[in-house]
Amino acid sequence: MAGAFSAVNENGIAVVTFDLPGEPVNKITGPVLDEFSTLLTRLAEDGMVRGVVLISGKPDTFIAGADIEQFARLRSAAEATALARTGQELADRVAGFPKPFVAAIHGACLGGGFELALACHWRVVSDSPKTQLGLPEVQLGIIPGVGGTQRLPRLVGARAALDMILAGKSERADKAYRLGMADEIVPESILRRTAVAAAERLVRSGVPERRGRGGVQAFFLDRTPIGRRIVYSQAEKQVREKTGGHYPAPLAALEAVRTGLERGLQAGLVEEARLFGELAMTDVSRNLVQIFFATTSLKKDDGVPGAAAMRVPPVRRLAVVGAGFMGAAIAGTAVLNAEVEARLKDADLPRVGKGIRGARRILDDRLERRRLRQPKYEQLVALLSGAADYSGFLRADLVIEAVFEDLEVKRRVLAEVERETGERAIFATNTSTIPIGQIAAGAARPEQVIGMHFFSPVEKMPLLEVIPHAGTAADTVVRAVRFGRKMGKTVIVVGDSPGFWVNRILLPYMNEAGILVREGVPIDLIDRTMTEYGFPVGPVTLLDEVGLDVGAKVAKVMHGAFGERLEPSDVLDRMLADGRQGRKNGKGFYEYREGKKAGPDAQVYALLGLTPQENTPQATVERRLLYSMLNEAAMAAHEGVIRTPRDGDIGAIFGIGYPAFRGGPLRTIDALGPARVVDTLRELAGIYGPRFKPAPSLVAMAERGEKFYPER
Amino acid sequence: MENQSAGRRVAVVAGVRTPFARSGTVFRDVPAVALARYAVKELIYRAEIDGREIDQIVFGQVVQSVLTPNVAREVSLLPQFPPTIPAYSLNRACASAAQAIENIATQIAIGHADAGIAGGVESLSDIPILHSRRMTRILMDASRARSLGQRLGAFSRVRPKDLVPVSPAIAEPSTGESMGQSAEKMAKENGITREAQDRVALMSHQRAAAATADGRLTAEIVPWLGGRELDEVTTADNGIRPDTSMDALAALKPVFDRKYGSVTAGNSSPLTDGAAAVLLMSEEKAAALGYEPLAFIRSFAVAAVDPGWQLLMGPAFAVPKALERAGIAWSDLGLVEIHEAFAAQVLSNVQAWGSQEWADRLGLPGPVGDVDWERTNVMGGSIAIGHPFAATGARIVTTLANEMKRQDVEFGLVSICAQGGMGYALVLERN
Repeated sequence: MAGAFSAVNENGIAVVTFDLPGEPVNKITGPVLDEFSTLLTRLAEDGMVRGVVLISGKPDTFIAGADIEQFARLRSAAEATALARTGQELADRVAGFPKPFVAAIHGACLGGGFELALACHWRVVSDSPKTQLGLPEVQLGIIPGVGGTQRLPRLVGARAALDMILAGKSERADKAYRLGMADEIVPESILRRTAVAAAERLVRSGVPERRGRGGVQAFFLDRTPIGRRIVYSQAEKQVREKTGGHYPAPLAALEAVRTGLERGLQAGLVEEARLFGELAMTDVSRNLVQIFFATTSLKKDDGVPGAAAMRVPPVRRLAVVGAGFMGAAIAGTAVLNAEVEARLKDADLPRVGKGIRGARRILDDRLERRRLRQPKYEQLVALLSGAADYSGFLRADLVIEAVFEDLEVKRRVLAEVERETGERAIFATNTSTIPIGQIAAGAARPEQVIGMHFFSPVEKMPLLEVIPHAGTAADTVVRAVRFGRKMGKTVIVVGDSPGFWVNRILLPYMNEAGILVREGVPIDLIDRTMTEYGFPVGPVTLLDEVGLDVGAKVAKVMHGAFGERLEPSDVLDRMLADGRQGRKNGKGFYEYREGKKAGPDAQVYALLGLTPQENTPQATVERRLLYSMLNEAAMAAHEGVIRTPRDGDIGAIFGIGYPAFRGGPLRTIDALGPARVVDTLRELAGIYGPRFKPAPSLVAMAERGEKFYPER
Repeated sequence: MENQSAGRRVAVVAGVRTPFARSGTVFRDVPAVALARYAVKELIYRAEIDGREIDQIVFGQVVQSVLTPNVAREVSLLPQFPPTIPAYSLNRACASAAQAIENIATQIAIGHADAGIAGGVESLSDIPILHSRRMTRILMDASRARSLGQRLGAFSRVRPKDLVPVSPAIAEPSTGESMGQSAEKMAKENGITREAQDRVALMSHQRAAAATADGRLTAEIVPWLGGRELDEVTTADNGIRPDTSMDALAALKPVFDRKYGSVTAGNSSPLTDGAAAVLLMSEEKAAALGYEPLAFIRSFAVAAVDPGWQLLMGPAFAVPKALERAGIAWSDLGLVEIHEAFAAQVLSNVQAWGSQEWADRLGLPGPVGDVDWERTNVMGGSIAIGHPFAATGARIVTTLANEMKRQDVEFGLVSICAQGGMGYALVLERN
């Protein structure tokens, strides 16, 4: 292997360029560590070298972090701890290097890369928005293992460090500089020059003392044991609230930080490596790492075989028919992330105006949170426009339809759009229930018709289902998938069957929630059970959020398509008859006061003629809800609704909020074992009826001892 | 007939404008640059043109904003365009947009561009308020000060009267005469009666109201979406009074000469905000892209008179020049558009064109021509529609080109009077 590091001597300053051969980004691997170690020895001994600058040879990446594939192959906690110790020792050698050691950072500087930078004596960062510094390890269920939990709090104080480490978040260069993580911030064009000059300065006059920031209060909270105790306990409280106790990594990171600050650097490093090893072997970390791999591979997956070689024109202009809530959010998200023109069309101008306003709100929010600067904001706003006619559609590359969920309406819109657009324009329908093939049935260019199922709120929900129908051309799929990704979405390509994937597996779960309500199980008990399982919200709250009318409509379509198995209870109809649509009209299963959700609405029980059964065991509730989803997932997967289990699990996690630490419903089946799942389903079917009858494919899997994912 | 102008033929492909709104109403909080960008953006979408086809952009603005002195460049930096379209702003007073059209047309004619956008914008709701000269001096001294003491020293010179702001006047710098005073002077010297002026104003309102009602005028307007929720829609000009009458007009007091005057708010154009833009192409380019041009530019001419004489008589010189360059006679004109700064000015110009005395002065064998009101300002004019100074030229060219197409007229004339004693004329042709 060609070397990853090359050094040139510039008047006594060794400029070391890190450029990992054959990879788009720099990452820390075993061989890289070895080579770096040898290099350190050589630089220390070289009498011609008085100082060192470390810089990246990659565009827009300093060091992206440790090699996660290598990490995933670790077999024991001891092995993982040993790996962390190796990294720590190397970082220690940098920190204790006899000559000034300067990091010149442009682009992603994450995880182990940031930890290495933290060990350097001086950090110069480029002011590019691409420069991001952070320790995202907790997102993989682990903690920084190369001294990050030790050096960051020493540099910026306990509070700022915990803020970053516990959430696994990254900061842009300007904020990193303000917080003290960087010593100098300069344009990328003079990064190298400035770093070399800094090294020369450090050679002459040593590292200047860094002054504490933020006055008396900061001194108390960051630099006194009593103050820090307050910080720790607050951080712990916040972490517990946020993770519901499902994610051990943030608490472990807190422990490592605390040990280091209270008992010294060496004790802290030992504790950091120990906890790193321990966490590396947890199921939570294993599952989160798999999700990382899945999303990474989805970023390169255009949805059809051979897509990589396909050259398709990019979408420059998006047109959206239907400027309602959904259409506006699609336009706003497209403008924000894909920076394309977005032209809205609706029946009348006030609706168009409101739609543009709605789309702009997504940009306003970024401006207020300083994620956008004013000039950029103005340019993005200028990408938005609209009319009550089809002007501006002729040059649209992609038209997304977000009109009323009605087959005839959608067909009419499709016919109009086909008349008004150019030959190559794609027509994407944003439907949640209507089969794409039916909408495309009368199309002039059916090969350019596809489904793009967005989730609400579009600007926040990370998932997009792309649904080709039987006659959709491959390049249409590729264009839709690539554009969805430009919009910032994780895109899965799913089959054109009712409910597609996400609503398909969600519906039996929601139905079961309705049946539980009908049986008198308290609303909040149902929701609490599932949030304790790890969902962000319970199914009843979700119904209120989605809208009971929408829920009822989807339930009817699905019942019609799949028959008795998906027969809903009468709860939604009775609620709707009482004028309850959920959050949107402030009346649902829950009470809403001034737009805020309050407790369960006691009148609901009276309406349904029920007495809440407070003593229902949560284990039963959990089993019934979970297994109805698992069974449907197995069934749909077998039918080919998803291409791979990976897509199914990612869809459930990003589309429904299925607990990420559990890896997704198909991984859950694997973890429980298909045989055990089948047994439980049979037991449930015996008690509650045939809707729990295990999917034949699942029974077959159990008999053959198969799993969705091959054993690691 | 032979085309007299040199070079390639230039097509008017499309034109749009914002609604024209009396200053301080719909566009009170909208910067001029936003109006200009909006008009051009919608022009692109309505014309279904790819922004990459545009080679140059020129925009007129009379009262420039301090923050965006080159409004054209801000327009050309719309994200619908590549950032590489050169653009500049100009000021030929009320003929600015017409001048912008001429400049783009010239660039196309000589082959330096194939397609361009010309337009103009004015917001009299968004004007720079200046400090007095003394105050300006103090502020500049303060900004140059090197110490707090020097800075305080500079500010210690401020007197209360220095804080009175200076706003730009619509007065001739060379004569100190306001434009209304000039119109008043012209009415008196040319014997234009109050009644004749009011009749022009009434016709302007009635025709603009009719063209708004039947959609001819609104067809060229891109609706404005305003208000907090952008759901307050403006689809038409808000200065048009369908219900005005000779009696109502007669009841208005003269503004510039209360005692002996005849120029009123009713027979003058109002202060207006708005933007207008026109898409121009070489004939070949238009054909290649599949556009059916509304009209072609046949000729143009500009003239100037001594502002101390009759300020708004420029068109009386410019129009015969443009006709001569077009190689046509007044009688060949199927439609005429005269910018109505003041009814008194319109009638003064009309009187000159029709008189032998004027012809003698210009050395012409006979009068330029008699105005046929049935073919002139058929959809009203600036008195009713409004007059955002630098936008008016593009508004009139668009209106004329559209109407020439509707009526299938061969030749049309645009006449615009402008501050500084200037007059502008432009001839359009079809076929």
